Amino acid sequence: MANPALVRSSGINPITTSDAVVQVRDICKNYGDIEALRGINLEFERGKLTTLLGPSGCGKTTLLKIIAGLVPGTSGEIIVNGRVVTGPGPERAFVFQDFALMPWATVLRNVAFGLELKGMASAERTRIARRYIEQVGLAGFEEKYPHELSGGMRQRVGIARAFAVNADVLLLDEPFSAVDEQNRRKFQEDLLQLVEQEKKTFIFVTHSIEEAVYVSDRIVLLSPRPGRISQIIDPMIDRSATPDDIRRDAGYLDVVEEIWQGLRQYAE
Amino acid sequence: MQMSVSPAKLDNGIGASKEAPITRGQAIRIFADERRSFWIVLSLAILFFAWEVAGRIPISFAFPTFSETILAFGEMVADGSMLKAYILTLQPLVLGVIVSAAVGIALGVAMGLSEKAEWLLAPVFIVLQAAPMAALVPLVTFVYGIGLTAKTLAVIMLALPVIVLNSYKAVRHVNPSLVDMCRSFQGNRMQQIFKIIIPDASPVLFAGLRLGIAAGFIGVMLAELLITPTGIGDLITYHRSVANYAHMYAAVASIIAVSTLTLAGLQYVETHLLRPEKRRK
Amino acid sequence: MTLFGTRIPMMTSLIFWLLVWEIVGQLELMFLIPPISSIFMAGVELVQTGSWQSASIITLRSFVYGMALAISVGVPLGVLMGRVKVIDNIFGLWVNMFVSAPLSALVPVLMILFGLGETTVFVTVFLFAVWIIVLDARAGVMQVPASLVEMGCSYGASRWTIFTKIILLSALPEILAGIRIGLIRGVKGVVIGQILVSVIGYGELFELYSRSFDMERFWALTMLLFVAAMLLSAGVEHFEKRIEYYAGAR
Repeated sequence: MANPALVRSSGINPITTSDAVVQVRDICKNYGDIEALRGINLEFERGKLTTLLGPSGCGKTTLLKIIAGLVPGTSGEIIVNGRVVTGPGPERAFVFQDFALMPWATVLRNVAFGLELKGMASAERTRIARRYIEQVGLAGFEEKYPHELSGGMRQRVGIARAFAVNADVLLLDEPFSAVDEQNRRKFQEDLLQLVEQEKKTFIFVTHSIEEAVYVSDRIVLLSPRPGRISQIIDPMIDRSATPDDIRRDAGYLDVVEEIWQGLRQYAE
Repeated sequence: MQMSVSPAKLDNGIGASKEAPITRGQAIRIFADERRSFWIVLSLAILFFAWEVAGRIPISFAFPTFSETILAFGEMVADGSMLKAYILTLQPLVLGVIVSAAVGIALGVAMGLSEKAEWLLAPVFIVLQAAPMAALVPLVTFVYGIGLTAKTLAVIMLALPVIVLNSYKAVRHVNPSLVDMCRSFQGNRMQQIFKIIIPDASPVLFAGLRLGIAAGFIGVMLAELLITPTGIGDLITYHRSVANYAHMYAAVASIIAVSTLTLAGLQYVETHLLRPEKRRK
Repeated sequence: MTLFGTRIPMMTSLIFWLLVWEIVGQLELMFLIPPISSIFMAGVELVQTGSWQSASIITLRSFVYGMALAISVGVPLGVLMGRVKVIDNIFGLWVNMFVSAPLSALVPVLMILFGLGETTVFVTVFLFAVWIIVLDARAGVMQVPASLVEMGCSYGASRWTIFTKIILLSALPEILAGIRIGLIRGVKGVVIGQILVSVIGYGELFELYSRSFDMERFWALTMLLFVAAMLLSAGVEHFEKRIEYYAGAR
């Protein structure tokens, strides 16, 4: 299968780059007798969007939470910006699958929450929060409560909150899974724009193959029980094309097909 | 209301889009659907009417009519005995509820946050809530006599386990995703507790407080009937002993009404202040 | 809780508290709190006495009759309220009111209507238990998924079949939960009723022991009641879990 759009590097030792922001070294995770993750080694490059893709039960969310420092690994270590991770840190921000918005707080306070926890003065954090609310397209909704927003708008709040703390690494845990299909496509396009603008490192978890191929610079395929890296794929998609052209592009479709062939054995 | 379409209606008129004028029956039906107060008035009226009829028959020599009871109530309000009784009854109730709320919420939250506190205290309160605590009320008199302290303690005995267990449940059911969110932004333990856990738990905390107050009403009535005839309990006991049944019924009905109105008021506060997602726009 | 790496079951803390009680009792700080061991001995003696046995039979009888009436009135009323809007509107107010009303205030009224006997206690049990059974049965019937009912219709089930085979079965977990809470409330009702009536059953015994300052027996009787209440609730909960096994997938 010679596909010019596809540069593939398989195996568990990806190419080591000097510009790795996040390094995952020999991470294993057991829940009691259940082995969730085994021997994960990965590096995430600065300014790139890497997707962890796999069927349910492959431990992709667990790996993301270990990188976030929310869940301790059983063995191995996570190194971010050259320092070993012992818990959550200011250089990483997390976007939650269920949005994790405080129902009692307005959009403005939700977005500013990360800054509020840091002890930033109210005026200052309001100013920053307003800027990011505008950037995600929610200007005018500052004083609304989460229950007054649609699912898509709620996740925009979650994304704005993560951006507001100005972290180097953004960890997104299936951020669009609770968003309907039309909005999801719009989101994916917006996400690409944000990657372009913000020059941050994105680690993205999804179970949608199309979504992964569309947004990623690199896709890490995980296989389940126990979660291991089965393949690493760099879909060299030409992002200068319009979104609609990309979705029709033969290279894009080939990568989707390639991944599906790799994953279909895990389908129930 | 279930609407049914009769076959006859379907037959006459293929162009079914013709708008039928609203009949009076439908108008009443719509009105009834939209007005909760209509049903409240109606169901009150039905019960009071049934009460009046039962009193007129009478089903028992000790069963006054509704109108007699209302008159007796008016009489007791007018001569001030009702007000005096409520002042006496509400004192231990308010005191007991305040103590139970402060202690109960603190203990419940601690149990929800710390495994050790949970291990030590949860089983005790589970037993106390399921057990008939009323059996212990007579003991209180041995230590504290028949004064305010004894009545307050009776209230606490019934209200505290309810408040503790609901606070505990409230904290345990806090959205774990929100706590993770707080941690991911490096919120420390204090910030987690005060900015996430307690606000997220507060609707259930408040509901627990409401249930505690309901239990407190039972406690105070029990104390007044059992230990020390004062307040409303005294009105009930006294009027029973002199066979003033209308007055006795009025006192019983009034304490039930007071407790219902208090609880309904608290529920209103709960839905309208504490839950923005349920608040009407 | 885990201690030194091993999980300690939660209920074991009760043993710790009983030990504390024993120590406090042995120190004879308060005549109110005799050591748990002598309470236990008094309990063993108590259950052999005729007065306890006949009191238990009286208590049990009022409880069983009261609960039977509460269930046989409460479940149908709750189901009706869940299905028929008019009935719901008329009874809703009263059920919601009495479920949290201070029913202890009503016992004196029952005492003059039904006399100082078993009937009053039986009615008290009924009044304590019935409202929550109604409310839970109503909630159970109302939250039957519409898709299940539509499924029944689409396969041509009659209204009666839908009602008995879909709605009632689907509401069963809630109905049982209501009965469990109703049982716990019923135990409280039987105790409150008997204590206030104070001339029959355990009420009479409590009155007797507290007047004669017989704390061992007083506590033994209380403990027996507590244990009975806990066992009853645990028993229904066990049964409920078996029902919830299928309800969990809903």
